[in-house]
Amino acid sequence: MAKALFFRAAGSYTDKMTMMQKMFSRQLAKLWIHAMAQGPWGGGDGGKGAPPSSDTGDNGDDKPAQEGPRNPWTQPGSGPKGTRQGGGNAPRPSMVEDLMRRGRESFDNLTGGDGSGGIPRGPDARALWPIALAIVLVLWLALTSFHRIGPQERGVVTMLGKYSRTLTPGISLTLPAPFEAVDVIDVEEIRAIDVGTVDGDDKNLMLTKDQNLIDLAYSVRWNIRNPEMYEFQIADPDTTIEEVAKSAMRSVIATVSLNEAIGAGRTMIEQQVQTEMQNILDSYRAGIKVQGIAIKQADPPAPVNDAFKEVSAAQQAAQTFVNEANAYAQQLSARAQGEAAAFEKVYEQYRLAPEVTRRRMYYETMEAVLPGVDKTIVETGNVMPYLPLPEMKKRAQAAQPAAAGGE
Amino acid sequence: MQNAVRNPVTLALVAIAFLILLGSTISIVPETRQAVIVRFGEPVRIVNRYKPNETFGHTGAGINIRFPFAEQIVWIDKRVQSVEMDRQQVLSTDQLRLQVDAFARYRIVDPLRMYISAGSEDKVVDALRPILGSSLRNELGKRHFASLLSPERGEVMNNIARSLNHVARQYGAEVIDVRIKRADLPDGAPLQSAFQRMRTAREQEALTIRAQGEKRAQLIRADADATASQVYAASFGKDAQFYDFYRAMQAYRRTFSPQAAGQTSIIMSKDNDFLRQFEGQ
Repeated sequence: MAKALFFRAAGSYTDKMTMMQKMFSRQLAKLWIHAMAQGPWGGGDGGKGAPPSSDTGDNGDDKPAQEGPRNPWTQPGSGPKGTRQGGGNAPRPSMVEDLMRRGRESFDNLTGGDGSGGIPRGPDARALWPIALAIVLVLWLALTSFHRIGPQERGVVTMLGKYSRTLTPGISLTLPAPFEAVDVIDVEEIRAIDVGTVDGDDKNLMLTKDQNLIDLAYSVRWNIRNPEMYEFQIADPDTTIEEVAKSAMRSVIATVSLNEAIGAGRTMIEQQVQTEMQNILDSYRAGIKVQGIAIKQADPPAPVNDAFKEVSAAQQAAQTFVNEANAYAQQLSARAQGEAAAFEKVYEQYRLAPEVTRRRMYYETMEAVLPGVDKTIVETGNVMPYLPLPEMKKRAQAAQPAAAGGE
Repeated sequence: MQNAVRNPVTLALVAIAFLILLGSTISIVPETRQAVIVRFGEPVRIVNRYKPNETFGHTGAGINIRFPFAEQIVWIDKRVQSVEMDRQQVLSTDQLRLQVDAFARYRIVDPLRMYISAGSEDKVVDALRPILGSSLRNELGKRHFASLLSPERGEVMNNIARSLNHVARQYGAEVIDVRIKRADLPDGAPLQSAFQRMRTAREQEALTIRAQGEKRAQLIRADADATASQVYAASFGKDAQFYDFYRAMQAYRRTFSPQAAGQTSIIMSKDNDFLRQFEGQ
């Protein structure tokens, strides 16, 4: 599991990963070889006499036997492993130390605790080594042979570098680390790549068919269809997808006009780009499925945006003119109909008694009109009518109430 | 001898030597790599060479054993790789400038040839990049600007891929495709004039729309006027004389009404029709 985590974290750096994987495998191989060699050394050296510091044969025999394997084994084994493997296997060497320490303590207790230090002596210490080894072996097997593959994941198994099989969700068993390696890949997760931004600073201008420019921002959603192809076919798949998306989008935009791209053609463009991207990626055998393209923004470029707004303003203005004209027409026709109807009503009555109605209307009108005006009645013939125009003007300016005319 | 075996330092040295030997004899060839085995500088064999349409698991990947020290491995990527062209300015036949970004995807299919002619993968990229640029310039220089914005573009790309492939083969590589990532008008005058053109086109559109609106409005008004006078004529035409009188009365009321602006003085002769009864006939 720790291994799976490690590989997932390093997932995007395929090159680095394979390198690390190799080094890691090599480390494990080294470890394994030492582990195998450990058994014979431990047993073989037991019988041989050596010049030890202690004079008891059995105890003395152990001392070089311990020192021999211990130094080359624990140091290279634990050092690089701890750093390379991350948290997962880190406790292992410390557990070994722990075991050794405990063994030492128990031995010290047994012999009365003379405090002679780091190197355990006696048959107990000798028995501890195989146990520690066994624990390391079991841990190693458990950590590198069992793989839990989540429901959304697949595990690509390589046996000594060669692709062997793909693990399906569940717990799976593989050969331990140096022989088989598992790359866990999330195949369900929809990944998104954004091209262009909605914010104004980064322009993503493209040429349309009518040689206009359009500022596009879109995102590509994709997931992995075929994990082994994804692993082995393309160097740097993420960049590849982005480049393919850019190229496909441009080639599609180059076939539509600006108005289509801004307005009604978006869905069509999205579909075409998706199809084209899928074709290109399939031709690379990339093992990638393009789930969809979403155009987030399709605007004319900022410097000409005002002119585009002017167009919609003009559309509004044109509609305003039409509306005003329509209002005028309504008003006019209503007035015409009203006046015509009124005339006809009066005319009907007038026809019944023309003379009387005519005079009545005349007098009524005069009655209404004349009270408000200056009136001068002039006798014809005898009087020279003098019209004081300047005075009238003055009066009008002063707006003084005029004296009523009369004889 | 026995002492030597028992000496931990010797043991460690032997173990290290053994490991070094092991490491230089056995190597793991992953699916993503091809290996050229070189003996004293002379390539002797290729491991995990790319073959089209092979299935993973049946490739040459896996354990490889070689003579230690005498033979060395040169690793070559087996995957599809990309070479990006630096941004280039391209002049089309109609003297329009374009800034073009392109990339080519290739795969090394003949590791041996690549090893002999280029030596390393980086050198292949270095060799392909200028050729990609120049073949792009050549091909686009034969075209009209508009053809880059048309389905012809695919053909252009194929031509470039073909000429690039010709060169790539000398390096044991195979070009899969060439694509234009960006084809933009250069900054400065060309871009500004394109903006200017777009702007004027829009202004023209705006004015046209406005004028069309005005035209429609005028037609509507004229229609309304016509309809109104038709209504008036149909109604008033029944008695032109009475209409004259009736309308005159309305006009007097409106004109001489106290609400109307201006002072009115009326000088009436005694013979006025209104004063007919004034003298008590």
